[in-house]
Amino acid sequence: MGGDSKFLGLWYVAPYAIGLLLFTAFPFVASFYLSFTDYDLLSSPEWVGLKNYEKLFTRDRTFDKSLNVTLTYVFLTVPLKLTFALFIAVVLNYRLRGINLFRTAYYVPSVLGGSIAIAVLWRYIFANTGLVNMIIVAFGGEPVNWFGDPGNALFTITLLRCWQFGSAMVIFLAALQGVDKSLYEAASIDGAGPWRIFRHITLPLITPVIFFNLIMQTVQAFQEFNGPYIITQGGPLKSTYLLPLYIYDEAFKSFDMGYASAIAWVLFAIIMALTLLAFWSSKKWVYYAGDKRS
Amino acid sequence: MSLLPDIPATAAPPTQLQLKLRRQARISATLRYSLLIVVGLIMIYPLIWLVGASFKTNAEMFTSAWFWPKDATIQGYIDGWKTSTPYTFGHFFINSLQIVIPKVIGTAISCTLVAYGFARFEFPGKKILFAILIATLLLPDVVTRIPQYLLFRELGWLDTYLPLFAPAWLAGDAFFVFMVIQFLRAIPREMEEAARVDGANTLQTLIFIVVPMLTPALVSVCLFQFMWTMNDFLGPLIYISTVEKYPISLALKLSIDATEAFNWNSILAMTVLALTPSLIVFFLAQKSFIQGISSGGVKG
Repeated sequence: MGGDSKFLGLWYVAPYAIGLLLFTAFPFVASFYLSFTDYDLLSSPEWVGLKNYEKLFTRDRTFDKSLNVTLTYVFLTVPLKLTFALFIAVVLNYRLRGINLFRTAYYVPSVLGGSIAIAVLWRYIFANTGLVNMIIVAFGGEPVNWFGDPGNALFTITLLRCWQFGSAMVIFLAALQGVDKSLYEAASIDGAGPWRIFRHITLPLITPVIFFNLIMQTVQAFQEFNGPYIITQGGPLKSTYLLPLYIYDEAFKSFDMGYASAIAWVLFAIIMALTLLAFWSSKKWVYYAGDKRS
Repeated sequence: MSLLPDIPATAAPPTQLQLKLRRQARISATLRYSLLIVVGLIMIYPLIWLVGASFKTNAEMFTSAWFWPKDATIQGYIDGWKTSTPYTFGHFFINSLQIVIPKVIGTAISCTLVAYGFARFEFPGKKILFAILIATLLLPDVVTRIPQYLLFRELGWLDTYLPLFAPAWLAGDAFFVFMVIQFLRAIPREMEEAARVDGANTLQTLIFIVVPMLTPALVSVCLFQFMWTMNDFLGPLIYISTVEKYPISLALKLSIDATEAFNWNSILAMTVLALTPSLIVFFLAQKSFIQGISSGGVKG
């Protein structure tokens, strides 16, 4: 708006700029610095160079285990959750009566999902004599040791997160509803079956949203804390000991701030690398309307 | 799959193709409904079971997968309300509100100001600052958490609610700023320009012209922030150490540790109570939620 000082807008964004400096930029730099120090809160941080990282990568078996568990968890949870979300969105994307009712029902778990109350519920549902096993037994099956068996525990937490596919689904659904209907008509008149239409029309057109969901869900999955903390406390045999739990223990139980920062930076580096990989690869598979490449 | 938009109803006899498509449509609809109902029941049953089981006796708890209690009791709610601490559940609920209310208000005000600045003004450094805003959407909290803790410790804010809501007053959640910016960009500027011509300054324009139009977006922001803050666990876990100051999430965790081995129905009753505020808010405003999530894209 003419006449205003060109600095006027700065006043409005000033709160954000100050908050950014105080609560994001400074901590970001500080945690990088701390990762090269030994700091127990009692004396001031002591510079130790690469010692924390050296210990992480060469001598820390807990870290190996935890990193392994984290990667398994992310690569299990994200594809499962997104595939399921997309599948349900496609089924819902139809002129069905009651679509809003279904959409709400599927979305409720996502709304409540972050609450530790849901994690508590999960413990009851998958307890040895819990809801799921009671149903399995009622159908004549063998009860499963969901949390006690290191081979199952991580999967049970994955199930908790897949149960919350609602928000990814709502985003998919919005994208599906935005696809130009005349494309479908044209394709079906040309004799294309449902699967080919989905594969060659729907899927390419919603790749931007797939990309968005993929990134958001991956970043989030790497930071999972509440589920394993409440449900399994990282056990049994550290089979659900995700890196955020390890960082929490090192920082706020052992008060080893330097070492915890180093783990946090390794986790951050992994997330960054995967995000960049996704952005780089997106040129090859994400279709933007009006983009000549595809 | 999702072919078949409108088949025009014509007076002429339907062609072979149209008949085939209609038949397909009927089969498709049946399949879709069956699938949606089965999946929906699986999704919702745990919650139904939770509510039913919270009225069961401890003896009945793990005897049947059916949710309906045989002899319903509210003993779980009585014990759950008392909690295993000297404080009642209501006390913890009020603690949660003491975090949630300042945080929601701070978020709404700061996000409005900042989004207005980004969406309606040119200023030096705007491009860079906006790029940073987008980048921080993807920045994992885990990497800033420790120094933030050290900062609040220096300020003497440990074991207070300040670390939990103060950042929100400085537009700490970039996601909400982004959401409001997107919304503002879609609003035409004529009214604002007219107000400026009539002599209103930018702040008056913001308050009297923009904010009323922004209401739907701000409602979404407040709802999401309410929900997320109500459910936040890690924040209070790090910063709040006195039981008296615990919000609901920590109180629930404490009760599990204390009574889980025997008093199941009271734990489940507390779980229901802990979920109730979020559920009420969601059902009162589900339209805003779904719109908010489909337009901006939300974590969760």
